[in-house]
Amino acid sequence: MRPETPYVWPDQQGHFGPYGGSFVAETLMAALDDLRDAYHRLSADPEFQARLDHDLAHYVGRPSPIYHAERLSQQVGGAQILLKREDLNHTGAHKINNTVGQALLAKALGKPRVIAETGAGQHGVASATVAARLGLECVVYMGSTDIERQAPNVYRMKLLGAEVRPVESGSKTLKDALNEALRDWVTNVDDTFYIIGTVAGPHPYPLLVRDFNAVCGREARRQMLEEYGQLPDALVACVGGGSNAIGLFHPFIEDKAVQMVGVEAAGSGIDTGQHAASLCAGKVGVLHGNRTYLLDNRDGQITETHSVSAGLDYPGVGPEHAWLKDIGRARYESVTDAETMAAFHQLCRVEGIIPALESSHALAHAVKMAADMSPSQYILVNLSGRGDKDVNTVAALEGLAL
Amino acid sequence: MSSSAPINRIDQLFAARSGGDPALVCFLTAGDPGLDSTVPAMHSLVRGGASMLELGMPFSDPMADGPVIQAASERALARGADMAYVLRCVTEFRQEDQQTPVVLMGYLNPIERFGFERFCQEASTAGVDALLIVDLPPEECGCVTDHSAKLNMKQIFLVAPTTSAARLDAIAGAAGGFIYYVSLKGITGAANLDTTDVARRVAAIRERSELPVAVGFGVKTRADVLALAGVADAVVVGSALVQSMHDAGPDAATAVAERFARELTGQAGGNPEAAELSDVRSNAAEGAPS
Repeated sequence: MRPETPYVWPDQQGHFGPYGGSFVAETLMAALDDLRDAYHRLSADPEFQARLDHDLAHYVGRPSPIYHAERLSQQVGGAQILLKREDLNHTGAHKINNTVGQALLAKALGKPRVIAETGAGQHGVASATVAARLGLECVVYMGSTDIERQAPNVYRMKLLGAEVRPVESGSKTLKDALNEALRDWVTNVDDTFYIIGTVAGPHPYPLLVRDFNAVCGREARRQMLEEYGQLPDALVACVGGGSNAIGLFHPFIEDKAVQMVGVEAAGSGIDTGQHAASLCAGKVGVLHGNRTYLLDNRDGQITETHSVSAGLDYPGVGPEHAWLKDIGRARYESVTDAETMAAFHQLCRVEGIIPALESSHALAHAVKMAADMSPSQYILVNLSGRGDKDVNTVAALEGLAL
Repeated sequence: MSSSAPINRIDQLFAARSGGDPALVCFLTAGDPGLDSTVPAMHSLVRGGASMLELGMPFSDPMADGPVIQAASERALARGADMAYVLRCVTEFRQEDQQTPVVLMGYLNPIERFGFERFCQEASTAGVDALLIVDLPPEECGCVTDHSAKLNMKQIFLVAPTTSAARLDAIAGAAGGFIYYVSLKGITGAANLDTTDVARRVAAIRERSELPVAVGFGVKTRADVLALAGVADAVVVGSALVQSMHDAGPDAATAVAERFARELTGQAGGNPEAAELSDVRSNAAEGAPS
């Protein structure tokens, strides 16, 4: 047997095996180098860490609890389903863990303006929130299709003082918002900090977004040992870009007995082509500054994706997930819109929790897994966000207008 | 290098030049404003005085390009301008023009999907002299240069106003053909040119590289070209030309391209008939305003 080597990715150039890296125009390289240096310096700075910890405790409301969904577990009749309640964070999702961290970086670098891209609007809200608190100008790029289906979040961003700029190019969704934010950054690089919302993009973003989100996994690991006297048998999280999943998974990577399962959006079904499952059905290529699995056509043109949840509607995925898939440390599954909606309604009715449609993908798969496991086993699901933002979408699916 | 490797037309171009105006490099998006207009437009740019052509390979997510070239890429893709089409354009162009260097410019993913080795071989066979892959920095370029170098196809790299001395050395080490200095921060097609700053930056590049230097991003007029005389070996014009050709529509694009090149090379009086014709057709053929 070959000796176990510790997991120390990414390398100096931001590679996770063959994935990741910095595939961007030269115009952005200096800004990325500055960010990488600043992050290395500040992540080792006790004062910066103390400030971050303080904000996570008093502004975000951490730690978030682990909740035992007993009635749901009984209904399923298998493993115990536990929920890591990231939906209870300020602004209602895991996204704030990252934006609090990146906003402190922006402040430390002396940048008065922040920009962000958003799909479902959760990252846009989380960015607008921290920008308001720190007195930073904030511009959020959002595909015009997403603006329509996430109207409540658009208004929340405006209330928080952010400018929401509609993106009309390409498929008018998250990928196009990311392109537009990169263009803004390259043009205004002197005074602007780009708060990327997921573990994609060029190095060092996949690294620093993971690190800021990993507070979730560190807490969960400690809570499991304290409250349950053991680690969970499996972790389950939804994967669009993959930030909530990597945040939960990363602190458990060396705990080899803990299964890690990422759940992608199968939309109308993988075989229909109407989905957003880059890891389950994509090929390796380069998009948005990193090499990873992505969805494209035979000519290498990025294809439009489909999911009932705007937050998973992304044709790429964080490069670390690509690597975890290849080395077999995590596995990636997908669930359809229909399965997702069933899980969404089940949690509402049985536990009194309205989950985000993104998180409902993780729930749907966890319910399937739990049924084949024993009642003495534990599945920890990242309940990454609350579903208030989705009530219009759900109502529309039922033929109702609110 | 094998004896069958062709002599590179970019090296020939710069070796033959001595002072005078910078060479004019014209960028056009393959497949815009029409699939049938690209090769005629390439020839007409050369007739108008262009010394080198950059042919844009359309990509769905051109993150370093401004609205003009983004829109051109979207239109070209909608017309079916795939990689095979781009390569056919070069093959067809070479049937009549064996001298003018052609650079393919684009993004990595369509090349990766086509296959790095296959792409380099077919591009070289078609008559491509260099590749400029916007999102492929020198640190990552081996996947392409391992194949392109054997075929004597050059790899063009951008240098930005923000590029550090250390990065400049790395770029100079990997680059061939010429160094492409982007004179502005930002995306293609933005704002205006500050020639004093450009002169200073180009001098810094020349301290670290023997290669000719082309300046692009912000070059729009004959005055911009003249301002770069004695500073740059070549100037690249892109968005302004792409917009003019789009405004003219596919039938008139060829004439407009020639007039555009003539204006930038100071031969504006060259073909007034073609220019007038293009105005008429532009008004008739234009659909939605861009």
